[in-house]
Amino acid sequence: MAKKPPEIPSASLADIAFLLLIFFMVTTTMDADKGLERRLPPMAENIDEKDAPPVKERNVFIVLVNKDNQLLVEGEWMNVKELREKAKEFMANPYDDENLPEKEPKEVNFFGEVQVSKGIISLQNDLGTQYGTYIEVQNELVGAINDLRNELAKSKFGKAYDLLDKEKQDAIREIYPQRISEAEPKGIKPGGGK
Amino acid sequence: MSKFRKNGSKELPAISTASLPDVVFMLLFFFMTVTTMREVTLMVRQTLPQATELNKLEKKSLVSYIYVGVPQPQFQRVFGNEPRIQLNDEFHEVGDIIDFIVAERQARDEAEIPFMITSLKVDEYTKMKIVQDIKQELRRASALHINYSSRKRVENN
Repeated sequence: MAKKPPEIPSASLADIAFLLLIFFMVTTTMDADKGLERRLPPMAENIDEKDAPPVKERNVFIVLVNKDNQLLVEGEWMNVKELREKAKEFMANPYDDENLPEKEPKEVNFFGEVQVSKGIISLQNDLGTQYGTYIEVQNELVGAINDLRNELAKSKFGKAYDLLDKEKQDAIREIYPQRISEAEPKGIKPGGGK
Repeated sequence: MSKFRKNGSKELPAISTASLPDVVFMLLFFFMTVTTMREVTLMVRQTLPQATELNKLEKKSLVSYIYVGVPQPQFQRVFGNEPRIQLNDEFHEVGDIIDFIVAERQARDEAEIPFMITSLKVDEYTKMKIVQDIKQELRRASALHINYSSRKRVENN
């Protein structure tokens, strides 16, 4: 009868595992990368300005940010905190105010014919604007649209927008598209050149 | 009665350590799966801006990073204390971004190229000029899908 081979000692197994564990714990970075997702407009080189369809003034929500990080929304001074409400009012236009964007009927899944706003949000910043402010403003604008989508999702399907399946999300996206245009800045030079 | 009688020997039995390796291995696997190794050393100082409406970057392998900020103190003598762009492990000029994007594309599968995302990790206090230049370059390179990296804002109301 063959002799049974001696067993490999497993006493050091825990030590080895601990070593590896500590290594991974030290190198790990738990931060999931998050951020505001945006799409830039493609570079239009040969398109004549005149070819672009004209956009009526009432359909554009103009947000200007100057080099001192102050906001001018539709010709009024504004605090960043008020921006979300204002943008929501603009995109939804609940009372068909004639200063707020026009609507056009559109056939959408699940909803039938809906009045879809033609509004566009235009964000312009100065070259001297602080990036943090810029992101804050972008965040409010994206947040306004997300809020509207959520409200619609809740009233129609009784669920938050994120929890809906893809087709329903697409339908809601069609009603409240994320039309935020980032115009090229008109600033001359960043203020207070150091 | 005899049930509660004290044993003659006072010594407690030793706790069995046989399951210790298993426990440690479990933790080890957890950390191995969640870990993402930092590929570049950050050479600029950064405080990312805060926001609430965040999207998660799903596929790490498809993301290229552009860092912008004031150089760390040890680089300031050479590179000054104005915000600079860091690509991979070096400081670069705005004009190098196209080359960077092309190189990033070449490193990926052709089928994956349309899904590539550029993540802009920009310091909060940077002026928009440099960001605007980067955006123009990205448009020129037609890397249009971008992500402004930011932290989750903790609501305090």
